[in-house]
Amino acid sequence: MPDALHPAFLFFAGALLVALLRGKAQALVALLVPVVSAVFVIGLGAGDGWTVSFLGYELQPFRVDRLSLLFGYLFHIAAFIGLLYAWKAGDTLQRVSGLLYAGSALGAVFAGDLITLFVFWELLAVTSTFLVWGRRTPRSVRSGQRYILIQILSGLTLLAGTIIYFVDTGSLEFSFIGLESGLGAKLIFLAFGIKCAWPFLHNWLTDSYPEATPVGTVFLSAFTTKVAVYALARAYPGTELLVYIGAAMTAFPIFFAVIENDLRRVLAYSMINQIGFMVVGIGIGSELGINGAVAHAFNDVLFKGLLFMSMGAVLFRTGTMNGSNLGGLYKSMPITTVFCMVGAASISAFPLFSGFVSKSMVVTAVLHEHHNVVWFILLFASAGVFHHAGIKIPFFAFFAHDSGKRVKEAPKSMLIAMAISAFACVFIGTFPSISLYRILPFAVDYVPYTATHVLTQCQILFFSALAFTWLKLSGLYPPELRSVNLDVDWSYRKLLPAVSRGVYAMAKTSRAAIDAGGLAILRKLGQAYYGLNGPASRLARTWPTGSIALWAAVLLGVYLVMFYT
Amino acid sequence: MIRENLPALQVVIPLMAAPICILFKNGRAAYGIALAATLFAFGAAISLLTQVLGVGPISYELGGWAAPWGIEYRVDYLSGFVLVLVSGMGVVVQLFSPASIKREIDEEKHYLFHCAFLLCLTGLLGIVITGDAFNVFVFLEISALSSYILISLGKHRRALTSAYQYLIMGTIGSTFILIGIGLLYMMTGTLNMADIAARIGPVATTRTVLAAFAFFTVGVSIKMALFPLHLWLPNAYAYAPSVVTAFLAATATKVAVYVLIRFTFTIFGEHFAFEETPVATLLMPLALIGIVVASSIAIFQKSVKRMLAYSSVAQIGYIVLGVSFVSVTGLTGGIVHLFNHALMKGGLFLAVACVVLRIGSDRIDDFAGLGRRMPVTMFAFVVAGLSMIGVPLTVGFISKWFLIQAAIEKGWWPVAALVLLSSLLAVAYIWRVVEIAYFRKPPEGEDRITEAPVSMLLPMGALILATIFFGLNTEATAGVARQAAEYLMGAVR
Repeated sequence: MPDALHPAFLFFAGALLVALLRGKAQALVALLVPVVSAVFVIGLGAGDGWTVSFLGYELQPFRVDRLSLLFGYLFHIAAFIGLLYAWKAGDTLQRVSGLLYAGSALGAVFAGDLITLFVFWELLAVTSTFLVWGRRTPRSVRSGQRYILIQILSGLTLLAGTIIYFVDTGSLEFSFIGLESGLGAKLIFLAFGIKCAWPFLHNWLTDSYPEATPVGTVFLSAFTTKVAVYALARAYPGTELLVYIGAAMTAFPIFFAVIENDLRRVLAYSMINQIGFMVVGIGIGSELGINGAVAHAFNDVLFKGLLFMSMGAVLFRTGTMNGSNLGGLYKSMPITTVFCMVGAASISAFPLFSGFVSKSMVVTAVLHEHHNVVWFILLFASAGVFHHAGIKIPFFAFFAHDSGKRVKEAPKSMLIAMAISAFACVFIGTFPSISLYRILPFAVDYVPYTATHVLTQCQILFFSALAFTWLKLSGLYPPELRSVNLDVDWSYRKLLPAVSRGVYAMAKTSRAAIDAGGLAILRKLGQAYYGLNGPASRLARTWPTGSIALWAAVLLGVYLVMFYT
Repeated sequence: MIRENLPALQVVIPLMAAPICILFKNGRAAYGIALAATLFAFGAAISLLTQVLGVGPISYELGGWAAPWGIEYRVDYLSGFVLVLVSGMGVVVQLFSPASIKREIDEEKHYLFHCAFLLCLTGLLGIVITGDAFNVFVFLEISALSSYILISLGKHRRALTSAYQYLIMGTIGSTFILIGIGLLYMMTGTLNMADIAARIGPVATTRTVLAAFAFFTVGVSIKMALFPLHLWLPNAYAYAPSVVTAFLAATATKVAVYVLIRFTFTIFGEHFAFEETPVATLLMPLALIGIVVASSIAIFQKSVKRMLAYSSVAQIGYIVLGVSFVSVTGLTGGIVHLFNHALMKGGLFLAVACVVLRIGSDRIDDFAGLGRRMPVTMFAFVVAGLSMIGVPLTVGFISKWFLIQAAIEKGWWPVAALVLLSSLLAVAYIWRVVEIAYFRKPPEGEDRITEAPVSMLLPMGALILATIFFGLNTEATAGVARQAAEYLMGAVR
């Protein structure tokens, strides 16, 4: 029984305390929770944990090994940065739900059995929803409702999968499952996929994250999808299907990100793209692949958090997130601009920035396994990331045409939070072997800084940047799509605008059509449902006593006939 | 002496206390008597259950007349479990009642409330403890007649018509049950349950016994409000005084389910009921349709009490579903949900009673802003609501776990999926209340609304704690339920 303290409980207790406090004391206590908990977590080693018996089965609600520890450290850092960021912009609701949310994420990664995982999986859904609702606009309330419905659906799928898996195999252990062990395993796989934002299951992410509060989005970007990545890495490493799912995830968001105007939604799309790299790494399943996937998850929390923080600061100060309304903010928010560019450089995997040392692991792992087509897609996706997250975000927010907005620099607490993230991005990117590589699940003999790696990456980046500049100058932007193709014959350049305009128009109309069509069907279904079950319907009205008695007689007749035959 | 006669005292003490309430004709004195009698019943029930768990089923001959001629009281795992549930809920509701009935029932009728409450409790306890088929009918009538009185005490004028409708339907139900018992007596010449079970074998396939079973099943379906015979329930629950609703929702329909389980498994026998007749194939679809339809109707209700009433109809569906699996796991799920649902629905109705006390209405729109005005009450509502949805760490999860496992054991995937997906309907109707209470601004000038008095919060809190406690510690509920299920299933073999 308990010989080690579960960090989730510290977070939950902290949340309770925070709910009772107000003002500065509240912000301070909230900030101390991850620090205190980190002290305990650093003392943990592989093999610690508890087992309990529940409904007559042995469960392991707390299990510590290298993989879960890595995510444990990561979530403490993320929670600390998020709460620091919330020093000024947060309120009681956001601090409490942020702490509960982080605690649930910790509970999920330290879960050693599927029941415990399910419990925290659902807690993760419920607690995070309040960060979306916390913005208190009608849009965010509706978006949050759609979000929690899908999240709970994922939880129910997980529960169904768990029960079937249990009936099939008699095991509730949360370790390697693999797709081969029947329907239960497939349902669990699907449940992870929903939280992981696989293609066609991803809409909840791009729908809700941009609607959350500035603080909320920073929290949201750190936990839910990373828990899913952790769960996949734990239960389905080496599943080949994941390689293709991941490749699709890296590629498709790029098209949407380019045509999107809400800059936080651009980041949400780029998030799916980054998770794609992790999913590919898990699908490869080699030691290098898994290392790359979790290392990238670690870095992604930092640099995506940084980007969301910088955009959140812009939203906090200007009240808008539309690229077309922003621009020229570097004059009034110079420090935020610098941090945003550090984040942009990291996500684009510039050498010496954190994205480089983890993304290249995944790409190399793909090459080792000779998935050439996938490798090509990843290269395309890398160029795409640089384009929409690396250039578009800082360019439209801080440079481009001057919107004339003159605001104050972001609050100090936000700047400090961003500074910590930015420092971590650069430090990990520059000295990976003394920081990140030491806590990875498998021993690392990978060297990121070889001439080939650096040169390949620089080529992609510089050509991508060149493409952006040229397209911008020749007035062809925004429909620019294929920056990698610049060096092919010039006649393609003439075709390019036409093709890309066509694709752009198609993407736009088809999205509108799907939205409108889907909504119409939903509305019809809703009306039919209400007609059947609403207060005025036959089923819900108060019936005359005689009719009820008649029903009893009819039912008796049915029983008698059925029994006699 | 007391220990030996505990099975009789279990019923006799509340029965004797009821007329004493009338003699005093005073609300306060009646309350004291009722509370004392209920507490005694609870203590007796716990003591009986521990005895059963220790030494096995207890048989008690009333007045020293040996069964099958005399009336036998019989406490086994299932009846001990249900006795504790019913009397426990009685204690909670009695403790809760004074402040609530002060607002909802006329002062001069208070002693009548306590008297009717005791009679209702007597009837329910009697149904559970007796080992005599005709005795079941007698107690059924005692509990039903007193619950008509309880419902008609409501101040709303529709309370009377609702009570009347319940009276008609309840009487049809008990008449059907009586016809069933009569036909059984005709064929076996005995009324003692164990005796009938022993003699039914040779005559089991006769049309008379089949007709008896049909009458019995339909009659008890009315009593437990199984879809589509639930139509009396929503109005009765909506217009009765809140404490009455809480008590009836937590006990009356549960005891009807107990009667179903007792008769089907102990008297008719698993073999006859489920192999000679297609009763499982009839009950299961009704249970499933009931779950979906009643939950859907609940989503659109404007009154919270009515909404919870429809949710009760759906929950009865889950319990009957568990029974209709005819497996130890399924029966365990049904029995454990019988207990769990009583806890959470009792908690929900008590929370609504607190709201009614303060704002005088249970309309869902009037809940606006209550999250801040009545934080404890609404928190209790949320916890019990989460349990209704089946969230882990609450009792609702335990029930669903067994039900789904039972469905998968049988390989009935669609049923398992339906049980799981129907949780989303519960999310919808619970969420509506939570959203309005926490996210909608209260109307102007409603600042004077304050939290309910401690005398109400404590009993309600006890129920809420129980939904968490039994969600974590499953030994007491699921353990006993499994023992009961194994005993029932094994009784035939």
